[in-house]
Amino acid sequence: MSGLEQLYQQIILEHSKQRSGEGLLDPQGQAAATNHQYNPTCGDEINLRVILSSDQKSIESISWEGDGCSISMAAASVLSDMAPGMSLTDFQALIDDFREMLRSRGQIQPDEEVLGDAAAFAGVSKFVARVKCAMLSWVAAEEASKEAAQASA
Amino acid sequence: MAATYRTPAGASLTEALVQEIRQDFPLLAQEVNGHPLAYLDSGATSQNPLQVLDAERNFYLGANSAVHRGAHTLAVEATEAFEEARRTLAGFIGAREEEIVWTSNATEAVNLLTYSLGNASQGLGGPQAAPYALGPGDEIVTTEQEHHANIIPWQVLAARTGATLRYIPVTDQGLIDYEAAQNIIGESTRILAFTHVSNVAGSITDVDYLVSLARKVGALTLLDACQSAPHLPLDLAQLDVDFAVLSAHKMLGPTGIGALYGKAQHLDALPPFLTGGSMITKVTMTEAQWMPAPTKFEAGTQRVSQAVAWAEAIRYLDHLGMENVQAWEAQLGQQLAAGIQEIPGARLIGPAPGQERAGLAAFHLEGVHPHDVGQFLDQTGLAVRVGHHCAQPLHRALGITASTRASSYIYNTPAEIDRFLQELAKVRPYFGYSS
Repeated sequence: MSGLEQLYQQIILEHSKQRSGEGLLDPQGQAAATNHQYNPTCGDEINLRVILSSDQKSIESISWEGDGCSISMAAASVLSDMAPGMSLTDFQALIDDFREMLRSRGQIQPDEEVLGDAAAFAGVSKFVARVKCAMLSWVAAEEASKEAAQASA
Repeated sequence: MAATYRTPAGASLTEALVQEIRQDFPLLAQEVNGHPLAYLDSGATSQNPLQVLDAERNFYLGANSAVHRGAHTLAVEATEAFEEARRTLAGFIGAREEEIVWTSNATEAVNLLTYSLGNASQGLGGPQAAPYALGPGDEIVTTEQEHHANIIPWQVLAARTGATLRYIPVTDQGLIDYEAAQNIIGESTRILAFTHVSNVAGSITDVDYLVSLARKVGALTLLDACQSAPHLPLDLAQLDVDFAVLSAHKMLGPTGIGALYGKAQHLDALPPFLTGGSMITKVTMTEAQWMPAPTKFEAGTQRVSQAVAWAEAIRYLDHLGMENVQAWEAQLGQQLAAGIQEIPGARLIGPAPGQERAGLAAFHLEGVHPHDVGQFLDQTGLAVRVGHHCAQPLHRALGITASTRASSYIYNTPAEIDRFLQELAKVRPYFGYSS
């Protein structure tokens, strides 16, 4: 597989065009928080909202609006597909695993059982300049979920 | 030790001559990601020829010493080399040596001026600096086309003095709107700052026209020559601008050095920005007297080896002849513009093919983010710039956040541009867009 194909896995290319979660959802009274992340080097930005379930123990939905490269848009889309229904603990664990994989410079083989479609971003970890692209929406989700949980506590 | 050259002096550049020139740039001979490097990012930073690298090395091998102090032989030699570099730069841009102030880069050069003007506004520099003071009601004018280095220092100066910052807008193509300029530059305008060649649009500014508008209302002018000095003949005295800024690393020289040009009358009158060693005559516990310009603006240890290397870069360009450099790059710029225009989904920024343009072209590729474009091209050995190119207001005016830019120099060939265009045509299909 060429370097380019390692980076742009088919799943990433598809998610970058057919995006899940795009368009901010109305919390309709549920606990929620919105977080904005900006990458000044390339101008990529995302505004992402986490809405919690009515018992406030799991993720109800992730929705977002943003502008950026295929990696950043696909990462937001994949997360929006994966997160709903996850407990807050599992959600944080997923983000930690994703971050660890991306920071490994290609050293960590992803566990597809755990990471699911997000495992497709393993190739990004070899392109140091693009790690931040993949992390942008996940950092926004991490911040927003913490804030939503705190606000509702 | 005078440099030797592979090419005859002042010859029109041809593919054969450019192949000779490339021998002076060993960096260009490498492979990147399994492909020959095609370096199309000289607008961001240019490469250094061996002559320049040798000049800096030779200075350290034989003459390195502190300048403007000490009476020993090396100190004199170093001082002479340093001041010879100043004369070389001055001669290259139609200036006098006392009109050249060394800075770390062009950004610092703009800041030197804006802080000096700010100091004058606060009463420093006495009565001779008073005419430069800015305050509420005064207007500073720049353009939407500018690099951030020619925007933010003015924002800060406006904030410090209460002056107002106004912008000449750009057209849909990203070109300076000269009609609007006429209405914006008026009696309140004190300073007009603009670029000579746009680092994104590739357009060449009508300096004479903008200077004439400024002169009518008695405003000072600053020309950002970062993208012009490396690429076309420059005569600042003839252009009649009051100030100009330059950067060595965009013109075959090292990083870490740039320059502020200022007409002698202004540099004499303005107060210093940075203060400390080297820039004073008499110092007491309570006050100090400044050296004459340009020394009063050069506090602390200077960039001596960089100045020496920059002068060598200038001699290299002079040997080629700036008319020849300009003609070669104009051809490459047209090849870029015409080729990009042909690619489905590509929107060329700046002058249309056939219209005057420097040797660079930026564009937006529908549906594909510039970082993805750059990544794709990098895998084929093509080095281009992606992002906002330090010109966010320009991109915003064009309705985009970022673009991709290919910029050429004396060592680029039409074959490299062809390669770039061929690979660029593959980008949208790769990301799933049919033409």
